[in-house]
Amino acid sequence: MKRRRLEHSSEVHLRNAPLPALEWERASVILGVAVRALLPLLLLFSIFLLLRGHHAPGGGFIGGLVAAAAVALYALAYGATAAQQLLRLSPRGLVAAGLATALASALVGPLTGAPFLTGRWMKVGRLELGTPLLFDVGVFLVVIGVTLWIVLTLAEE
Amino acid sequence: MRLLFPIAIPLTTAVLGLFAWRWRAVQRGLGVAGAAALLITSFELLKSVWQQGPQATWVGNWPPPFGITLIADLLSAIMVALAAVIGFAVALYSLAHVDPAREAFGYYPLLHILLMGVCGAFLTGDLFNLYVWFEVMLMASFVLLALGGERAQLEGAIKYVTLNLMASTLFLTAVGLLYGTVGTLNMADVALKIRPLASSGITTSIAFLLLTAFGIKAAIFPLFFWLPASYHTPPVAVSAVFAGLLTKVGVYALLRVFTLIFIEQERTIPTVVLALSALTMLTGVLGAVVQSEFRRILSFNIVSHIGYMILGLGLFTTAGLAGSIFYIIHHIIVITNLFLVSGLVHAVQGSFDLGRLGGLYRTHPGLAVLFLIPALSLSGVPPLSGFFAKLLLVRAGLHAEQWSIVAIALGVSLLTLLSMMKIWAEVFWKPKESDPLTEGSVASRVPPMAERAAMRSRLGLWSSAGLAVLTAMIGLGADFVLAFAEAAAEQLRHPDLYISTMLQRGHP
Repeated sequence: MKRRRLEHSSEVHLRNAPLPALEWERASVILGVAVRALLPLLLLFSIFLLLRGHHAPGGGFIGGLVAAAAVALYALAYGATAAQQLLRLSPRGLVAAGLATALASALVGPLTGAPFLTGRWMKVGRLELGTPLLFDVGVFLVVIGVTLWIVLTLAEE
Repeated sequence: MRLLFPIAIPLTTAVLGLFAWRWRAVQRGLGVAGAAALLITSFELLKSVWQQGPQATWVGNWPPPFGITLIADLLSAIMVALAAVIGFAVALYSLAHVDPAREAFGYYPLLHILLMGVCGAFLTGDLFNLYVWFEVMLMASFVLLALGGERAQLEGAIKYVTLNLMASTLFLTAVGLLYGTVGTLNMADVALKIRPLASSGITTSIAFLLLTAFGIKAAIFPLFFWLPASYHTPPVAVSAVFAGLLTKVGVYALLRVFTLIFIEQERTIPTVVLALSALTMLTGVLGAVVQSEFRRILSFNIVSHIGYMILGLGLFTTAGLAGSIFYIIHHIIVITNLFLVSGLVHAVQGSFDLGRLGGLYRTHPGLAVLFLIPALSLSGVPPLSGFFAKLLLVRAGLHAEQWSIVAIALGVSLLTLLSMMKIWAEVFWKPKESDPLTEGSVASRVPPMAERAAMRSRLGLWSSAGLAVLTAMIGLGADFVLAFAEAAAEQLRHPDLYISTMLQRGHP
């Protein structure tokens, strides 16, 4: 549901697009092939960092940077347009979504009678989910959005 | 919860504005609606602080002094309410006077981020958090200043950012030293823990570092050069909100820190501030007198009047601080209004250059009145707000037997009148010269411009008129405003209430 709404606001509607052809003049084959292998790894690693961040080094900021680096690498190999299509959402949409997520997590406190930004937890089976994680997801999205906003704008020019 | 609104509402507005990036009409609506909501909630905050005393909330439910405390005493609440007034007036004015290209690039979200930064700086009770709000403000204001990318704008923006980043670095250094010395950054906690160290060298160093950092932000002598170099470059709505709010955050920080934390240096700091105040008043107004560009004259006048605002801090008496607070209330409204009027003039005649303007009294008498009210108020003509603001400071100065500063303050207000009358004579009185060189192009350009101005400027006129009415009301109801200013000054002079509010966990 949420995904559909976000896609609606994005600039590119691309469901099953084939991988774009390598821009031969711009990048090397080695980089192109390496990026295809690295992209999923980096994205997975960024999520690992995001989730790990509550008790150990990591978190939304560093995770967001790694994810943004993955997409930026893709932009280096295949061009900014292709990276934009891979992203589906506009970077601006990511920033907005991230800020909204962080704000929502911060407002859980006041809505349940505690001060702003108070951590609230709930148990789903053995899993403990809390507003700090939600806040970190927001930071994650904002960092990806802002970094790619800058990188893609510069790459287009 | 009330304390949260001045930060949460602008943030929400900005986020919604980001979502509505492509729909300009929605953004415009959001810009004004958010500012209106901020206005209402901030006056509610002011009312409840006035009735029930200072209030605090502990962000994240961390006990003080570990987490960040948001706290509103009367001074903070007054400042937030003023920021909301200016935010609302400028948002309305922007509807008519900001071009579609800037609106499409996120003008309204940025304006609200700026308001969030300003309100956050007024409400925080933590020194490092204050630094963070300064940075939020700096980033938003940098983008607003550069948005549009005109050559003059970028030049102004670079000067602005460079000097403000230096101020931030000094501030951060001071915060680091302070943390190393007392091991806490909660303002109330610092105030308590620094008392036994008051006479040590490190405390004095930190105090002067902070004085320099906030001095750059507030544009006091000799650190004001970034202000006249940058404020005349962006669109008028942007200069107006900068003129109204940004330097006052610096003044607020000075007032807060030097009445709460470094009060044991009662001899040195106020003496230095008093001298700086005199020099700021003088250099600012002398700069204003020689300028011949509308907004540059106003920019130098801001500098000059910052001198008045810190005069009360220099006297360090309750009456002096009350005068300063009254002066801030008066000046924020008046100077924003003057910038708005300069924009209205520009919309009619297409220039900010005094030499090329003229004859507006004949063609637009209403506009002339709109200029005259804030201009006379700025120079301190009764019964407008500026008269009472200056009267309070002069009286406080006489009580403290600081004759020379009183003489300077009075002389400077005459010179202010001179600089305002220069604008009056050039822009409104003098017949507009027909310039033979540009006659053809002006003739072909004027009709559409005048037509567009008539269409566009109605909202601008309304917001400027609203501020003018406010100026007159502050003048006529000076007693009422003075009661607020005096109570706020009383709280500043006796910070125990502020400290106990911050450190005692009551009911959130």
